[in-house]
Amino acid sequence: MAKARAPKNPPIRVLIAKPGLDGHDRGAKVVARALRDAGMEVIYAGLRQTPEEIVRAALEEDVDIIGLSILSGAHMALFPRVLALLKEHKAGNIPVFAGGIIPDEDARRLRKAGIRAIFGPGTSLEEIVTTARSLARRTA
Amino acid sequence: MKAAPRLPAAARAIVDGDRRVLARTISAVENGDPSADPVVRSLYARSGRAPVVGLTGPLGVGKSSLVNALVGRLRALGQTVGVTGVDPSSPFTGGSVLGDRIRLERRADDTGVFFRSMASRGAAGGVAEATREVSRLLDAAGFDAILVETVGSGQVDVAIRDIASTSIVVVVPHLGDEVQTLKAGLFEIADIFCVNKVDLPGADLAKRDLAEMVTLGGRTSGWAPPVIGTSTVEPSGIEELWNDVIAHEKFLDASGERTQGERKRLSSEIVGLARDRVGRELTRRLERDPSLRRILDDVVARRIDPRTAADRLVTGSRRAR
Repeated sequence: MAKARAPKNPPIRVLIAKPGLDGHDRGAKVVARALRDAGMEVIYAGLRQTPEEIVRAALEEDVDIIGLSILSGAHMALFPRVLALLKEHKAGNIPVFAGGIIPDEDARRLRKAGIRAIFGPGTSLEEIVTTARSLARRTA
Repeated sequence: MKAAPRLPAAARAIVDGDRRVLARTISAVENGDPSADPVVRSLYARSGRAPVVGLTGPLGVGKSSLVNALVGRLRALGQTVGVTGVDPSSPFTGGSVLGDRIRLERRADDTGVFFRSMASRGAAGGVAEATREVSRLLDAAGFDAILVETVGSGQVDVAIRDIASTSIVVVVPHLGDEVQTLKAGLFEIADIFCVNKVDLPGADLAKRDLAEMVTLGGRTSGWAPPVIGTSTVEPSGIEELWNDVIAHEKFLDASGERTQGERKRLSSEIVGLARDRVGRELTRRLERDPSLRRILDDVVARRIDPRTAADRLVTGSRRAR
């Protein structure tokens, strides 16, 4: 397999996961596909992930950025837990963005807690891709 | 024998079980980052201990689910497992959706399992260019067994053969009639055949066709690949599958085929690495040296042919006519 060496700019690795008990993964899949089409390597962890599993996956996969999707309403419990675990593992520099049904007031508090971007219904895929890319590049 | 050189700090950390450093080193290897070079070199001596088990077969046959089942089996046996699963990169954007992890069930605090997804990044053959070195890193990190899941493979995707000590070819019922089993390629590399989704109708026929093909022989070795039926829905055949992996690993040792096979594989790896390096050097020369660039101009203008140009490039005789 004499292939050309990897390009100078390695692809952005992103973990897409759905924390908690929430079976609605259409949005997460659409976002995963959009990030793929933007040239990223998307590790799709899928449904019903605990914060511990998400952080474990992020570390093993050495991702540049994490995207969480949630429609269950448990974001105020689960997102801060993911952020805390990342810090605990000295990985607090990995940016986390989120999407789903998150009321404005909660979104404000989550941003303050360290979620870097929150995308509600109707956000264009282009905006998600652009934001994800700039967040990932800043830490890379 | 030379005294073992001191390990670089990252290599030491990997051997000592630091999974974060392992994960970062894997990225560096994938990215062709020179920082990985001393780590990979120094850890080679610590590889070659664990069985490296490849799972290959067409897309959707259940490779990821089987990996999960085997991880469960190995954990039940008290063994640790390093896994890498490869999925394809887009030839258009370079992007990839890596979904092998989705089947993995394990306790989040179980440090006996390490799972890494890899994108094929343009490599042909069913694995990524870095897969071999990544499986060696997992080996050096001390995992008792290494599992490598290929991309959904076609008939010519046999690169796993150069990485795995035991290759499992996974199929499902109704993939084709018995003529398919006569074809060269994928079916030739199996050390074990696994008919997954054995609960589906047609499984017996699939098993029989494969078993019949095996009895036709043709292999030079004394190993006849067993045909195992498995299911991961209501798990069955998983213990048997792993037992056959162990049996094959024992056969490799007893028959001397492990050493023979390794020599062959390593020889082609060394030649490949040397070829890559020489190739890069030639490319560099061609790009930088204006007189070498003239050779290209000559070929474009049909003054000389590509073979003659290659002669000149290799011998370095620039203006010789």
